Amino acid sequence: MIWVDTLVQGILLGGLYALFAAGLSLVFGIMRLVNLAHGDLIILGAYLILVIVSVLGLNPFLAALVALPLMFCFGWVLQRVVLNRVLGEDILPPLLVTFGLSVVIQNALQEGFTSDSQRLRPGPVESASLDLGIVTVGVMPLLTFASAILVIVGLNQLFYRTALGRAFRATSDDPVTAQLMGIRPDNLFAVATGIAMVVVTIAAMYLGVRANFDPTIGPARLIYAFEAVIIGGLGSLWGTLAGGVIIGVAQTMGAAINPEWQILAGHVAFLVVLLIRPRGLFPRAQD
Amino acid sequence: MTNSTAYHVQTRTRASTAAGIAAGIIILVLIVLPAFASRGLIQDMFFILTMLVLAQFWNLLAGYGGLVSVGQQAFVGMGAYTLFGAAILWGIDPIWALPLGGLVALAVAVPTAFFVFRLQGAYFAIGTWVVAEVVRLCVAQWKAVGGGSGTSLPRNVTGDMMGLTFVQDLFGVRAAAAADIVTYWLALVLAVLTIGGIYWLLRTKSGLALAAVRDNVEAAKALGVNAARMKWLVFLTASFGTGVAGALIYLQKGRISPDAAFSVNDWTAYVIFIVVIGGIGTIEGPIIGVIVFFLLQSFFADFGAWYLMALGALGIVIMLFAPKGLWGLFSDKTNIQLFPIRRRLSGGIITQTEE
Repeated sequence: MIWVDTLVQGILLGGLYALFAAGLSLVFGIMRLVNLAHGDLIILGAYLILVIVSVLGLNPFLAALVALPLMFCFGWVLQRVVLNRVLGEDILPPLLVTFGLSVVIQNALQEGFTSDSQRLRPGPVESASLDLGIVTVGVMPLLTFASAILVIVGLNQLFYRTALGRAFRATSDDPVTAQLMGIRPDNLFAVATGIAMVVVTIAAMYLGVRANFDPTIGPARLIYAFEAVIIGGLGSLWGTLAGGVIIGVAQTMGAAINPEWQILAGHVAFLVVLLIRPRGLFPRAQD
Repeated sequence: MTNSTAYHVQTRTRASTAAGIAAGIIILVLIVLPAFASRGLIQDMFFILTMLVLAQFWNLLAGYGGLVSVGQQAFVGMGAYTLFGAAILWGIDPIWALPLGGLVALAVAVPTAFFVFRLQGAYFAIGTWVVAEVVRLCVAQWKAVGGGSGTSLPRNVTGDMMGLTFVQDLFGVRAAAAADIVTYWLALVLAVLTIGGIYWLLRTKSGLALAAVRDNVEAAKALGVNAARMKWLVFLTASFGTGVAGALIYLQKGRISPDAAFSVNDWTAYVIFIVVIGGIGTIEGPIIGVIVFFLLQSFFADFGAWYLMALGALGIVIMLFAPKGLWGLFSDKTNIQLFPIRRRLSGGIITQTEE
């Protein structure tokens, strides 16, 4: 019985990790850029929501809605001004620039908000739970998981049903030919990063509601997101969800055996998958 | 006069000869430095030299091997914990525990390489980071050396260290100051061996193969270079050296905890900034970088988060606008290289026609 409960909690936690990972996966899929500041951008989003909550006195859900366009613009500008300059054959510049960005964001948050841990308080829904007969699940984790599925459905619709998605796929496949068809990659990349920041903001809200956060926890979120992407296989968003679920289940199972093993168990699950299926469970992209 | 060796290959330049002589003088000065320097200066020099070693090895990985690792803290921490374990649990003299630290780091590097070499480019970077986290979490379970909260090196361990009484008698200083001098000399030896060793490696045939792999993997393979073997060579060399440096750093610190010894900021982020600011892919770069880093740290470290923010921003700006770093800017303008590795043909037809 306790194991069923642990399993369900793990699956729901996986939804949060899939949300962390979706933005990373999106940006990598379109422009082959791995953003080492991704985790810190999630934390930045959480602080932005926190500021909106305290300034406008809104519920975190509404505050996140206000934050969405702001983060989109931030991502757009970041890509246009900084990240577009480092795209190319050489992998060193994007890695080092985003690593520098990670340090800048962490310390800026430290300076602005101190290292005290913070929390988003959505009200009674925070502690509400649903009795499903076999197990009792929290409403918030359930909402998180549902949001992850919605985000993935939404992104897939965007990719395969819209002109923008076609442009994304074309640029991802062959940027030079895409340019011949009138697509401007620098602008398109900026939109892609903007969309990734929208996903990041959704992830940030659920992160902030679920647990305490402080400026230093970004890199660990990046690692979970990265593990989910690799386990799932590059280029597959549903794979990313599966990867998030595997990390989540491994973590809750590990924690059930010994609380000190929670994080370790997640990493070990990742290494095992890497050993057995180096290209992930559902590989699609040919890189 | 017919000359059978009409051509010869040369890497030496006038600047490199001058640099060689200058390096000899600097090393001599650094050896006798404890005779007249304050304890604070010796500690600063220890910091500079050990960071220089870490930077040179990261530069070997990323700048020459194309392996951008964000997980070097795994090897710093393993080296350091080996030293503590060997000294506390088995009573091994810490000086002997230093190479042991390197060997244990090497032993960790073999399975690590097996995992992370499956990942390409940027994913390799995060893969090394994951492994470092795994190593940190495992070491935090090692209760004999303090588990998650860490432990201190007992006073008698450093007190009985080889060469300590000799230094005490030589300079007439107390044990603590003598320990600083011994570790400083060890750091100096390590730095000289590291720079000399890397320079030697780059000038050998392996170094040429390495540069070929970095510039174009496919072309290098076509010429018969075993690219995978070069990656292993560089990764294992760097892990050994980083492990020794980690052991030495924590011998001097005397206190260890998993969070500190496996800190991504201290042992990888700073090291990356040193290499990027100085100039990646050159031996001179990390030397310039570590001096700039030390000066920035001594003037601005009091500003805490602002300082780190500025350091991160500086790294971004240099990567965007001067990707070859400070030394690259200087070298491009003046065409001076202190550690040249490029082979040049000289002699040949010109000497023949002179006859």
